Amino acid sequence: MDFSLSEEQQLLKDSITTFVDKDYLFDIRQKNIKTDLGYSSDFWKTFADLGWLGMPFSESDGGFNGGPIDLMVIMESLGRGLVVEPYIPNVVLAGGLISRLGSEDQKKELLPKIISGEIQMSVAFSEPQSRFDLNDVITVAKKEGDSYTIDGYKAVVMNGPSSNNMIIVARTSGNQLDEKGLTLFIVDPTLKGVSLRNYSNVDGSKASEVTLENVSVPASSLLGKEGEAFTALEEVIDLATLAISAEAVGIMEKMNEITLEYTKTREQFGETLSSFQALQHRMVDTFMAYEQTKSLLLMCAAKLTDKSDDSKKAVSALKYQVGIAAKHVGEESVQLHGGMGVTDETNIGHYFKRLTTIRAIFGNTDYHLKRYSAL
Amino acid sequence: MNLSFSEEDLKFQDEVRSFIADNYPAEIKNKMDNGIPVSKDDILTWQRILSKKGWFAINWPEEYGGTGWSVTQKHIFQNELADANTPTLVPFGVSMCGPVIYTFGTQEQKDRFLPGIINNDVWWCQGYSEPGSGSDLASLKTKAVKDGDHYIVNGTKTWTTMAQHADWIFCLVRTETTDIKQQGISFLLIDMNTPGVEVKPIITIDGSHEVNMVYLDNVKVPAENLIGEEGAGWNIAKFLLAHERTGIGGIPALKREIRRLREITSELPLGEGFLKDDDLFMDKLNKLEIDLLAAEYSELRTLAAMSKGGHPGPESSILKIKGTDLQQGLSDLFVEALGYYAHPFMSEDDLISNEGRIGPDFAANVMPHYLNYRKVSIYGGSNEIQRNVIAKAVLGI
Repeated sequence: MDFSLSEEQQLLKDSITTFVDKDYLFDIRQKNIKTDLGYSSDFWKTFADLGWLGMPFSESDGGFNGGPIDLMVIMESLGRGLVVEPYIPNVVLAGGLISRLGSEDQKKELLPKIISGEIQMSVAFSEPQSRFDLNDVITVAKKEGDSYTIDGYKAVVMNGPSSNNMIIVARTSGNQLDEKGLTLFIVDPTLKGVSLRNYSNVDGSKASEVTLENVSVPASSLLGKEGEAFTALEEVIDLATLAISAEAVGIMEKMNEITLEYTKTREQFGETLSSFQALQHRMVDTFMAYEQTKSLLLMCAAKLTDKSDDSKKAVSALKYQVGIAAKHVGEESVQLHGGMGVTDETNIGHYFKRLTTIRAIFGNTDYHLKRYSAL
Repeated sequence: MNLSFSEEDLKFQDEVRSFIADNYPAEIKNKMDNGIPVSKDDILTWQRILSKKGWFAINWPEEYGGTGWSVTQKHIFQNELADANTPTLVPFGVSMCGPVIYTFGTQEQKDRFLPGIINNDVWWCQGYSEPGSGSDLASLKTKAVKDGDHYIVNGTKTWTTMAQHADWIFCLVRTETTDIKQQGISFLLIDMNTPGVEVKPIITIDGSHEVNMVYLDNVKVPAENLIGEEGAGWNIAKFLLAHERTGIGGIPALKREIRRLREITSELPLGEGFLKDDDLFMDKLNKLEIDLLAAEYSELRTLAAMSKGGHPGPESSILKIKGTDLQQGLSDLFVEALGYYAHPFMSEDDLISNEGRIGPDFAANVMPHYLNYRKVSIYGGSNEIQRNVIAKAVLGI
């Protein structure tokens, strides 16, 4: 039994950590999230140049054959830096679906551009009523001759505003909750009938509400087989759940460090906050919450790597734990900072906000507890 | 034991309810019900409506314009205000500075300051916390040095709520450096228009501007603005902490909000049904409601003891802890109810313009509220300090 990283993985970790510590400064991040783009295209270029965007893709697709453990290493390190650049929407979600389902032409057309950072993509899977259920899709696509007509509404599409292409999940057959009958389309958001309402999320990321009205797309925009998208979609969202859980683990580790440091310097009643036993115990508890989550993260990454039978269950166990720990660590870190914890100028509050949105992304504790019980 | 209201109390409840129904301006109600931030003018308009009716300074002695209501009546009144979702009354003048002035002030000070508070002509803010003095309030460093018939004040106050609206600030200042830090503190009233007073906003993680830094740079304050004696400031501060402790848990507002969340669960679509079909979510809502019931009856026990002439003791720290726990817990449940739709960020300006909301109508201020409410376990004596109070004063350890 060995929980340690390979030499390559350690190098990857070191390289991202160096970037985050040296270049990805909090003040720069805060400036970037206030721009229209919402992140730095220069940093995105750096990600491409250093090979991070190509990590999970096969060598034949121009990538580095990385697996779930590499993805975990990347996201944990990016989490520590509170990196807002849209790694998950591009590489894990869109890239994951294209590499799994794409035709040779689609892969050749899109994957090199994702890996080089040339294009931005997103996957529109959630709808106002669907909450976290991937099978719950009302948006419909009807086949008419050699094309499809899409009508519907997609909610809170991550990285929607920057996207040159969107992968839309639509229903080509079956009822609202059926797993069968889901189909993916690669849609150019400038097409007639597609309208985007773009906005910022509280964590600094960007998203869109997407309305599709009578949108006509050629059959060539179909990604994978008609009606058969669910399995790949679930698999990709599971991998993205691992990725965002790793991000959360990185964030929690960093928040615990920042908070511990703060309590060692902040004095009240003539002593540092860290000298009060009541507060020491609470920091021990947040530290344990982090450790417990890290353990499940490693377990889950290993099971996904082995394509283990119970890997779905492992994903839900992990995300449930992330939800519990994120609330605990996030809220306690702010509390231990006192008033400073709720100010916009201090970084801890921004880590807290990202940790809070992660609680819901790809399913909250209730959703994953139910999924765990059902599997 | 009889836990119901008397006939007379019920009649009073009707009177309050119909007064609010008849006099609560529709425009302000609309803002409050739809999560649009209310302006300074809105708050003043509503407070003046209550003043005119004689229902503003309800806790003041009648001779200064109070109501002479029983403890139960005050409780009913506050419940009805919260139930109708009226703007929270700004406490700094009417609940804090006013009582200090009528308790410790000279006749001249009472004549000068109390009418401005009760008529809502003067907006007060509170100058207690300093950058280095949060939980350890007595370590405050703002200095007031006597210079003839004036004090010269230098220092920095922080977390000053709504200082941007304030005409006056009541401050704890150090008039003497002593071995025991609680000594040498004085209670001083400062006109915010005095040269040397500067207010700088502190933006909080929800993106709002509610609190401020207040810089005091060689501010010349007439000595007649000192309340009580020099060095009596800490006693006054302790008086204030013990005063007005009921209602601190915000229980009436919690009851309204939990009712609203329950309604929302029948409106929010989930699959082919509604959020109310989600057992795990409803379990959490019901658990929180039970916890709230316990807090409500704890508060009623305190009220009953007070109506028999008792004083709210350190037990009110329990209400502060439980009330703020519940406020935070409920704000989090609202976030959970929304799923992804809790994430879009609406700035204060977006909310005021009330255009282009994303997701369900009520969604816009749910996350800001959750984020903003991290403050409630920090302010007003952090919940850690409240636990110290209970340990020391109630459990005797």
